[in-house]
Parts: sequence; structure tokens; C-alpha cells
Amino acid sequence: MSTRQFCTFYLDQLYLGVDVLQVQEVIRFQEMTRIPLAHRMIRGLINLRGQIVTALDLRLRLELPGETSESSFMNVIINTHDAPVSLMVDEIGDVLELGDEQFEPPPQHLNVGLKKMIKGVYKLDDDFLLILNTEKATDLENK
Amino acid sequence: MDEVLAAFLAECRENLEKLDNELVLLERDPQGPHIAEALGKIFRTVHTIKGSCGWLGLNRLESVVHDGEDLLVCLREEKVAITTAIVTTLLEMFDAIREILAHISTTGSDESSKDYSSLVQALKALQSPVSLAAHQPAEPKTISAEPISAAPTVQRQQTAAESIRIDVKLLDKLMNLVGELVLTRNQMLQFTNTQEDAAFTITTQRLNLITSELQEGVMKTRMQMIGLIWNAYPRLVRDLALECGKQVSLEMDGKETELDRTMIDAIKDPLTHIVRNAIDHGLERPEERIAKGKPPMGRLTLRAYHEGGHVNISIQDDGAGIDPEKLRERALQKGLIQASDAAQMSDRALLNLIFLPGFSTAEKVTNISGRGVGMDVVKNNIEAVGGMVELISEKGKGSTFKIKIPLTLAIIPALMVISQNERFAIPQMNLLELVCLEGDDAVRSIEMIYNSPVYRLREKLLPLVYLNQVFEQGLSFADLLTHLKQQGEDARLNIVVLQADDQNFGLIVDQIHDTAEIVVKPLSKQLKNLSVYAGATILGDGKVALIIDVMGLAQRVNVISEAQRNNLQAELENRQDQDNELHNLLLFQAIGQRKMVIPLAYVARLEEFNSNKIEYAGDLSVVQYRKQILPLIHLAEVLPDSNRFSAQTEPDLEELLQVIVCVDQGRMAGIVVEKILDIVDSDDETEIQHSLKREGVIGSVILQGSVIDVLDFRGIIGRHIPSFFEDLPASQDLIAVR
Repeated sequence: MSTRQFCTFYLDQLYLGVDVLQVQEVIRFQEMTRIPLAHRMIRGLINLRGQIVTALDLRLRLELPGETSESSFMNVIINTHDAPVSLMVDEIGDVLELGDEQFEPPPQHLNVGLKKMIKGVYKLDDDFLLILNTEKATDLENK
Repeated sequence: MDEVLAAFLAECRENLEKLDNELVLLERDPQGPHIAEALGKIFRTVHTIKGSCGWLGLNRLESVVHDGEDLLVCLREEKVAITTAIVTTLLEMFDAIREILAHISTTGSDESSKDYSSLVQALKALQSPVSLAAHQPAEPKTISAEPISAAPTVQRQQTAAESIRIDVKLLDKLMNLVGELVLTRNQMLQFTNTQEDAAFTITTQRLNLITSELQEGVMKTRMQMIGLIWNAYPRLVRDLALECGKQVSLEMDGKETELDRTMIDAIKDPLTHIVRNAIDHGLERPEERIAKGKPPMGRLTLRAYHEGGHVNISIQDDGAGIDPEKLRERALQKGLIQASDAAQMSDRALLNLIFLPGFSTAEKVTNISGRGVGMDVVKNNIEAVGGMVELISEKGKGSTFKIKIPLTLAIIPALMVISQNERFAIPQMNLLELVCLEGDDAVRSIEMIYNSPVYRLREKLLPLVYLNQVFEQGLSFADLLTHLKQQGEDARLNIVVLQADDQNFGLIVDQIHDTAEIVVKPLSKQLKNLSVYAGATILGDGKVALIIDVMGLAQRVNVISEAQRNNLQAELENRQDQDNELHNLLLFQAIGQRKMVIPLAYVARLEEFNSNKIEYAGDLSVVQYRKQILPLIHLAEVLPDSNRFSAQTEPDLEELLQVIVCVDQGRMAGIVVEKILDIVDSDDETEIQHSLKREGVIGSVILQGSVIDVLDFRGIIGRHIPSFFEDLPASQDLIAVR
């Protein structure tokens, strides 16, 4: 039985995960440079040791209610084929190793905004881990 | 040894290395699924080597490669099956090529290298399926194991010591790291000021020096001489001059001027285009020149030199020059400018019209230039790398193109400004001057024309743009004025005078900081559509600042006076989509007397090829065209009612073929026609009557009183080169009936 490792994090009420191999690193709140005229989901640019990283407000991206705090969020830096992108999340969870048999595609009745961004769901004992589709989540042209 | 040759050798060696493996794989599994692909790869490499040989005058090498190529063609067309003998001989050929290359790198030419005639014989013999036995004696004799193992390896080690090829990505990474090191060093230096420890200060000083040297060194690794592009020009100029019946002497000055590698790549095509244009349109024929009292030999001068962090390149000819009046007429006729504007336009502004898309003054479309795509592309390409191009021309005396480009894209000098507490960098390239108005002046000197603010800068009107207003929708210019009035004596108004195209405008910012050398970093794809920014940079304190793209900003706020430029661009794009609205049509004789048209939007160029240049790839006829393979479609063979003409389409050996090079989404195909006649401007009302659609024809139009069919070039290409539209979705739908 094959297993995969996921870096997990919390956003609003959701427990989300990204394949560990896609995650470059996780960092605390960083000072950001605001980008006038940019899409409102783009919160700013971060200097990550000389690399410029675009910070995406994942809450807005997933059409979740509420607002991302101005100063206490965490950055999950993921590698896309273009450049690293930071996903702004509330809190970081553990790295989980999960077997394929626990996986299921997303249920049909999920919130539309969310469903498009989710690859599927891992059924945990007392919770669900939603696997984020990072390609879609970071591609703002694809609404 | 000269640079071109060295580059050629390095490239050949690298390619051959890969080919050996391909061939060996091929031999192991001759029925494998990737056989066609592998053969194609080998063929292309060999073909490239052959092409370069001809160009570099390496005849002996060419003779060896030539027969190898023929053999590969046979293999690709499956005329002969792959056997060990063939693979062995091909490998021998590669070894022979290596030997010759080694010989070239020591002596500089391929003359007096070994005799390879028996190898050539073997290659020839293998092309016919029956003569397998014939080559047998040749194989063991020609290239023994000795020269392969000894000579070439020694040679390769030598070159390895002189230069190595490095992945550009690695260089970029090094560059990044050095940038970071510089920042850290700067912080360190500030820290030293508060320290008393002498040993620490001395160490920091050394760190300082080493860092600077390291930075310089890494910068240099990316530099290449502009001569790398220019070296191809003497030949190009000679050929073109012959073709046009002109006499041209080429002078080049400043070959050794160094530029960043990326810049070299970016300006290569624009430069070549300008040079071609200068010869084709700029310089006159000898007899005309004599009549004008000029020497019969035209002069084309290329110059390059460094100036304050930029490289200036000028391309000057002493030809006919451009008549601004002609441009005015032409632009009016094409509706590119309004009659009211036309009368007021300065000569300089008129000259700049040639950079508009869809503009061409060439009275005749030739196969070298004059399709009206070109100068706009040249300008776009140069601007894309942060450069500028300008045309100076005097009627009867000649034209000069002046190109100014930054030395490197990686590090540019920039002015730091502040808008709403955020810092922004403005490239110095676009900066003209800074104006600071204080106290009452600040309020009084801003004047409004309706609701557009202007400033009188030395008695000329300067449109003003308020950066905060651009960035934040809520703010207005009135807010700025109220704010200034409140401050009274302390009011300060900072205007950064910028140049975009040939229009100047003033950008009002909150504060002006100092200038700085900044490392440009690209923005991620989520931000690419924001044309206002050229990138981002990391400042000394580690914060990120955005770099303003002055052209993009000017376009956003509409200060570029030639707003038509955008409209035109949009219009051109529209035209691509709407085939029913035809504007320009290319009229040609398809077969015999039958006339047809094709929308000019699809035509990339018009060319003439000698029929002996046609090669065959499978059952397709192709020609080598600008380092690409251009598939050809003979209309005479493919149009349905053409049978009765087929007798005369058997090409004579020396026939000149008239070819329309069509381009569609980056792919090219050539359509061979009987004769290219004219470009016709049709009325706006002209519509394709789709009811007359049939094979090879999408419909008909009424042109100058007669009915003329419109060629369905996509349909034809799609039928004869099915791969042409592969992975282009629904291409048929774009052109076929709505």
C-alpha cells in the first residue's frame, strides 16, 4: 500500500494539506510589500533570502468567510513551476503520512469555490484532510 | 581562432555526444516506438552541422556530413532498414567529424585533414538497400580505433581547460547569491560604524573588497561581445546586396562592446531586420546613386559603444533617407492619423510613424522586406528589454537607427521614489529630469485643461500624472491640490519627468529618494498581467520594492499621444479573428490565369525560392528558411480543378518559385503560387460570400468589379500537412463559416 506525506495547515474551520514535496518551507509572518493595482487575492511580495515570493490570500482564494489577520498568519511557501508562491494560512499542523485507501474525491455538494481547488479528501479518524490543488489555487487567471 | 568557429566547435561536440547514445539505442531496438523521433533528432543535428559547414567554408567536413545526411534521409523514409553496418558506418562518420573538428581547432581550417573518401563511399553505398556488401572493405580500413581513442580525447581535454559551458540558471543563482551577499555586506558595514574593534573593522573592509570583486566577476560571466551577432553580417550584407543589385560596403565599429547574454539574444533579430531594411529600402542602386552625385558604393555603418550604463548601437546608411511627407500621406491614407493631427506633426513625429503596426512605405512588397510587419516588432522587441529605438533620417542623405539598451537586464540604475509610504524604483533609462516646486509655486504652476493637469516646463506643456491616483482609485488630483494648499509654505511638489516613446510626462510622487543600482527580479505569473510593473527588487534593508515600467504606466494613464498605437494594435488583432471583415488582401495567380486572394493578415512574407533549393522530407517538399524547415504546398497540385494544368507544374530545374509564407499561431507554411500580383485594399463592406465555399476556397469576394475566390489556406494546409494544426483547438472554426 503506497503512502504519501502531507504538510498540513488550518484555515478557518478547514484542515488542509499539500504534498510535502511541493512545500519549500514554512515561515512565520513576514513583512510584505503591498502591490497597488494587483488582484485583491495577492497580498504582497515577501523577500525570502533574496527570492521574491508572491503571497496569496488563500482565504479569499477559497472563498471562505472572514479576514486573514494582518500580522499573525503563517506562510506556506510552495514551489510552482513558475516561481515560489506563499499561501497565507492561520496555523500549521503536523506532517501526516497517509495511505491511498483513505483518499476520496471531493464530495459533490462542497462550496463551489472550495471544490474547484480541492483534489480530494483523506478520511482521518476524527477529521478530514482536504488536499489542495496547488496548480489551480495559484493560477489566478483560472477562476 | 575566431569566436564563431569556436562556438560551432563547442556546439558540434556537445551534439555529437548525445547522438552517439541515440544511435546505439537505435541499433539495440530498431523496431522501437521512438525510432522516428530518434532518427529525426540525429538528422537535425547532422543537418545543422552541414548547414554551418557551408556557412563557415568547411568543405571537407561538409562532404563527409553530406552523404551521411543522405543516408539518414533514406533511413527516415524507410528506404533502407537499420542494420548494424549502417549504425557502424554512421558512428564512424561521427568519429570522422570529431577528428575533423579536432583538426580544425588546432589549425583553424579543415584542409589537409585526413582523407575520408572511403567513408564517403561507404555512406553512399549504404543508401541503396542491395549494396550492403559493397561497403564492407571500407569499414574496417578507414577509421581504425587508434585515432578515435587517442587524438580526439586529447583534444577535448584541451578545450575543456579553456572554457566550459555553464547552465544559465546556475549563473542566475550565483548572481542572486552575490546580490544577497552585497546586501549583507552593506548591513555589516553599517554595523562597523558603531564598533570600536580594529580587527573587526579590518576584516569587514576585506569582506567589502572581496564582495565587490566577486560581484564584478559574476557579472562578467554573463557578458558577451556584440561582435557575436555582427560576425554574421558581412556575409548577410553581401548576399542581400547581390540580390538587390546594390553595392554596399559595411563598416563595423565597436565589435568588442560587451552586453549581457540575454540582451544579445533579445536584440539579434531586431538588428538583423534593420540591417536588411537598410539595404533593401535605404540604399539606392548604383546608377541612382551616381545620378545623385554619390559614390556608387553605398555605406552601411554599425556602431556600438558604452555610455553611462547603457549600450548605444547605431545603424547608419547613406541611402535615400525617408521623406516625412510621404509618411504623412501614407499614414493619412491608411487612417493611422487624423488629418488635423497630420498637419501639425513634426518631422520627427512623422518618422516615428514607421514604428506603427501595419505601416509600410515600401511601394513594392519585395521578398526581403516591406510587408509592414517589422518595424513595430523591432520596436516592441527592443522595448521589451527596456531599450529604446529612434530613427533619424534626412531625405537624400540617409537614415540612422539609434538603439539604446541597458547593459544588462539584471542590474539597472534606478531612482527610488515614495508613494503612500511604499518605495518604487523608476529605471533611469526613462528618466529625463526632476522638478521640485515649493510653497506657492507648487499650487500655482499646476494648471488644468478641463480635468487634465499640466505643467509648463520651459514653455512646453507637460502632462502630469499623480502616482497615488493611479495606484488608488479613490484619490483625485483635487485632493493633492487641497493638500498642497493646506501646507502653504512647506508644500513641496515632486515631479519626475519621464519619457515614454517620444512623449514626455511628469509623474507626481510623494517623495524622491536617491538613486540606486537595483537587481531586477521578475514577478511571478500571478502578477505578469500588470504592465505597470517591470519587476521587483530587494532593497538594502531587505524590503521588496516594485519597479515601475514607464511605458506600461504611460499606456495605463493614456499619456502616450499616439493612442492610435494601442487602437491599431487592437484593430490588427481583431482582424486576425474576423475574417469576414477584410481590409488588405494579397492578390495572386493561383494556377494558370486563375486569380485568388488571401487575407494579408495571414501572410508573413513573400519569398522567391529557386526550385533547386527544394528538399523532400517524406512526401512533403520543404525548403530551408531562416534556420527552420518550411513546408511547401504547390497550389497547382492541390487545388481540385487543377488537373488540366498539372502537366506544366513539373518544375524546371532552375525555376524561381513564388511563395507566400503564411503564418498561423507561430507556425509557417509556404504556398507556391504562379505569380504574386498585388495587395488590394478592399472596402470595409467587402464580405466573404460563404455560399460559394468549396474545396480550397472559403468563399468569394467582389474586388474591383470581379469575383475572386478567397484561398482557404488553413483548410489546404490542414489537409496536406495535418500536423500543422495539431494541438491548435478548433482551428477550422476560426476561419470556416461562421
